[in-house]
Amino acid sequence: MSTTTPLLDPAAVAGAARGTLLRLATAGSVDDGKSTLVGRLLHDTKSVLSDQLAAVERVSRDRGLTAADLALLTDGLRAEREQGITIDVAYRYFATANRSFVLADCPGHVQYTRNTVTGSSTADVVVLLVDARKGVLEQTRRHLAVTALLRVPHVVVAVNKIDLVDFSQEVYDRVEAEVQAVARELGVVDATAIPVSALDGDNVAARSPRTPWYDGPSLLELLEALPPSDDPANESFRLPVQLVIRPQGAARDEAHRDYRGYAGQVASGVVRVGDEVVALPSGRRTTVTGIDLGERSLDEAFAPQSVTLRLADEIDISRGDVIASADDAPEPTQDIKAVVCWLGDAPLRPGQRLLLKHGSRTVQTAVRTLDGVLDLDDLHTVPSEALSLNDIGLVTLRLAAPVPVENYSTSRRGGSFLLIDAHDGRTVAAGMVGATLPTAAPAPTEPEGDEVWEI
Amino acid sequence: MTTTTPTTRIPADDGATGDTAYARSGAKSADDRRLTHLDALEAEAILVIREMAGELERPALLFSGGKDSVVMLHLATKAFWPAPIPFPVLHVDTGHNFPEVLAYRDETVERLGLRLVVASVQDYIDDGRLRERADGTRNPLQTVPLLDAINDNRFDGVFGGGRRDEEKARAKERIVSLRDEFGQWDPKNQRPELWNLFNPKHRPGEHVRVFPISNWTEVDIWRYIDREDIPLAPLYYAHEREVFRRDGMWLAVGPVSRPRDDEPVETRLVRYRTVGDMSCTGAVESPATTNAEIVVEVAASTLTERGATRADDRISEAAMEDRKKEGYF
Repeated sequence: MSTTTPLLDPAAVAGAARGTLLRLATAGSVDDGKSTLVGRLLHDTKSVLSDQLAAVERVSRDRGLTAADLALLTDGLRAEREQGITIDVAYRYFATANRSFVLADCPGHVQYTRNTVTGSSTADVVVLLVDARKGVLEQTRRHLAVTALLRVPHVVVAVNKIDLVDFSQEVYDRVEAEVQAVARELGVVDATAIPVSALDGDNVAARSPRTPWYDGPSLLELLEALPPSDDPANESFRLPVQLVIRPQGAARDEAHRDYRGYAGQVASGVVRVGDEVVALPSGRRTTVTGIDLGERSLDEAFAPQSVTLRLADEIDISRGDVIASADDAPEPTQDIKAVVCWLGDAPLRPGQRLLLKHGSRTVQTAVRTLDGVLDLDDLHTVPSEALSLNDIGLVTLRLAAPVPVENYSTSRRGGSFLLIDAHDGRTVAAGMVGATLPTAAPAPTEPEGDEVWEI
Repeated sequence: MTTTTPTTRIPADDGATGDTAYARSGAKSADDRRLTHLDALEAEAILVIREMAGELERPALLFSGGKDSVVMLHLATKAFWPAPIPFPVLHVDTGHNFPEVLAYRDETVERLGLRLVVASVQDYIDDGRLRERADGTRNPLQTVPLLDAINDNRFDGVFGGGRRDEEKARAKERIVSLRDEFGQWDPKNQRPELWNLFNPKHRPGEHVRVFPISNWTEVDIWRYIDREDIPLAPLYYAHEREVFRRDGMWLAVGPVSRPRDDEPVETRLVRYRTVGDMSCTGAVESPATTNAEIVVEVAASTLTERGATRADDRISEAAMEDRKKEGYF
């Protein structure tokens, strides 16, 4: 490993002011070299500073290693360093000239569903590691299945340890074909494979001369070029109301005594001054008269801006309500079917009462029926009496009040919810509205090598 | 070694002095409806602050006068505008704080019309509830007064300015993080944090710590201070100060940080990258007098801010983790 003094690339610093944010999550089986890859990404983007590197080198030396173990950069807890494992999701930051990255490093072995679901839920892209010597394992299938369920927009499969198979194109082609077949079968829409050596850095930041047969981008080049998120212009406008802002006598400026605004983050779409909107679940219509972000007024706001809307009529809107575009508002409902990832220690059983949090609204809910548990190996369901920790299942829920949920397959924000244990407050499930599981993607008509680079 | 000298002169910003999102208002193309990463971080922080204000009964915001807590306070001001921030600010005063920082704290509280609650480490030492450590540093002593203040005021949530890039243990912490009835953090038993749905529900006696700027880096903080023109305590900018060298850091000469015989006092042009207890917070040599210059300097630094300036984090590999488990910030 290089010992040159890392410095943030000044061009990256200048560019970061204009750059966008990409959220990525890593996934992989034990010993696939995930922490090493993350360490390599941080190191090669000059995000590791000399005191951090010195600490890693010192510990590596103490353990009798000849080279610095980059995995130590991400294993932050005492128990992790002692046991040489990763316990929990760790967040890391790096930047290039065009983009800033938030990386959720998800451990592969303990509680893999819980951690992968957590990391993937906010991710624009999941980087999945596969050991070139081992190919697709059971764990790989499961990670791909979770990624498909959570509808992460992009998946990058890093075929790692390519140095240990002598940079063999034959081995890589075989693993890549295997990965693509599984990805298609599980309904992963956009999967791209890259041959890498996390340990040596081949095809991580720069393209490697040791894989001359590979003409695609390096991992970092690919991450820099991925479209960050959906275009808000193609989405329906939704804003869950977090707070009603009414300063009255407390206004610091007399002019704002009568101010009344509805604060929240635009969950999807675009809203403009003059737009007709509807408050849900009441169904009352009104018009947007102003959009504020702090003391500045905007003509329009788009996802994911946090803003405050002023409305023409003083209709009854409170925290937990949703303001939506009037022409395509969702229908509030008390009955939903959903896919849930169960994260509670005690199993979920039909009849159980819980809290459901959707947007800024929390309502009571009862589990009417458990409609099956998912076999992650091929995404088919089998009947079951209960959902255990890390199981994924289909449920029918009855809500205590109507909530304007949307199908997760059309809106990640409008279709996601938490189930909470009312007794101790724990989050016990990640829920996705709709009983629709991903279906196998059609086989590609073009050679895969070309597809990879068309982004 | 601790000196952070800019190696390359580069523009600190792209020239857009305001918020690019605003400048883009009314634009039509997809590219124009992409938030810059700073705008995305701002939107996330405001979401978290508002959501916790909606969910919690009695939150408070930790305000030390340091740059991260100032940024958090600025974000809170935006989150509730034009209404005032609907909760008090809490400061754990070690009794070893820089006088400039305390003055800045009081000015800011006055300017924003906030209610300030102070928990004083000195009071605890004076009446024997805490004892001075052999090394003289008081940062680790803040935990007990902090937890007592939380209990006495029945705060059920406390906003903190912690950032995940600061330290390895912080990198594992959730944005909304549960503390048990003893104020302890259990890193092995954290709640999953899914999508942008935040759950602060807890049992009586427990509370949550909320870190709205978890995903910000040190450079992001400075870029935002520059963009939003947020006033800071003067010691963040280059100034001449009497300092002496200890443990590879420049410590200020003051009542709680006295040089030993073998530590000659020099006058140097310095600034502070972090602001904590005077006895263990080091200054860095720097000519940077503006936010833009600091952005460049921080970006070019080869040391982390804690590595460069905090003696207390050097105690052991797991110093921060151990303090966090006990209920530290």
